[in-house]
Amino acid sequence: MKNKDRLLPLFLTFLKIGAFTFGGGYAMIPLIQKEVTENHKWLSDEDILNIVAIAESTPGPIAINSATFVGYMTCGVLGSVLATLGVVLPAFLVISLISLLLQNVMDIQAVQYAFMGIRAGVLALVVKALISMYKQCPKNLVAYVIAGIAFAVSLLTDISILYVIITCAVLGLITSLIMQKKEAAK
Amino acid sequence: MTEVSLLTLFFTFFKIGLFTFGGGYAMLPFIRQEVMLNNWIDEAAFVNMVGISESSPGPFAINIATFIGMEKGGWLGAAVSTLGVVLPSFLVILIVAQFYLKFKESRIVSGLMSGLKPAAVGLIAAAVISMVWEVLFPADFSWSVFAGAQIYVSLVIAGLGLFLLLKLKKHPILIICISAVLGIAAGYLFGL
Repeated sequence: MKNKDRLLPLFLTFLKIGAFTFGGGYAMIPLIQKEVTENHKWLSDEDILNIVAIAESTPGPIAINSATFVGYMTCGVLGSVLATLGVVLPAFLVISLISLLLQNVMDIQAVQYAFMGIRAGVLALVVKALISMYKQCPKNLVAYVIAGIAFAVSLLTDISILYVIITCAVLGLITSLIMQKKEAAK
Repeated sequence: MTEVSLLTLFFTFFKIGLFTFGGGYAMLPFIRQEVMLNNWIDEAAFVNMVGISESSPGPFAINIATFIGMEKGGWLGAAVSTLGVVLPSFLVILIVAQFYLKFKESRIVSGLMSGLKPAAVGLIAAAVISMVWEVLFPADFSWSVFAGAQIYVSLVIAGLGLFLLLKLKKHPILIICISAVLGIAAGYLFGL
């Protein structure tokens, strides 16, 4: 296997990235880039650009997609396993411990008050998430119609979000193919 | 609250991992629906988990999957939920890595994404509205809520949080810490 000596550094690098980034995938990308292209010189900047583009258009968390991809390009399937494990492990351990701790203190009045405040604070965080998703979204009539359908169906009905996602993907594909045909005809 | 088997946890998170595009936040509405419709945990507990997941290290999707898994099935539950949410990403990337330059240029992929991106925005907007409603009216809507202090406390904290996040660009961890302190202070002050 090529680059076998990179396996341990790869795992440790992603362990570090997983342990010290808050806020998920997009917060990790600059860190991944610095570690992988500048510090270790495993991949080029162009590789990273490709990886991020693919990570955004494949299912699942951006952080996991990027870690798997970087691991694979650096040292094959085993590399992808170790990089993914590295990025997941800190999150898994920290949340498990917090969860166990909370189960023991949830009855305390002050903790309940704290969570009453936290729930209100979360509203601010999810509104910000919505704004940043909106910024990345194409802004044309088709996109607004699709967003509107997804919004209305999921707010007003119990239809599974799975079907909403599949329908919107197909709508997007059909409209973009029609538009490409029109462009080509001009 | 319903009991959940390890297999159900795994497949639920596998499905969520396989069908959400656009990262962890895009999963929020899907996870929320699965958890709420199947009565796994109540909405307040779910919002608590979102708060902690946002202020802990690591990808949001992993944090929330681990959290729900731990709550419903202990360490094993946490492990299978996390594995479920990670596995689709992992497998899809290994496949796509074989022909990623073609994938990147593909009109089919960009066409699908032109539907998936706005879908994620619409779904998250609906989830945000439901969460705002739940936090402001925890025991369903009633006019008497406006006579109490809690709704105003929540509005002030959420408003302050938005100001700190959007205007002063402060970190989510700070928002969660300040919210907790204000929650404790207001709780004792108004005897909520």
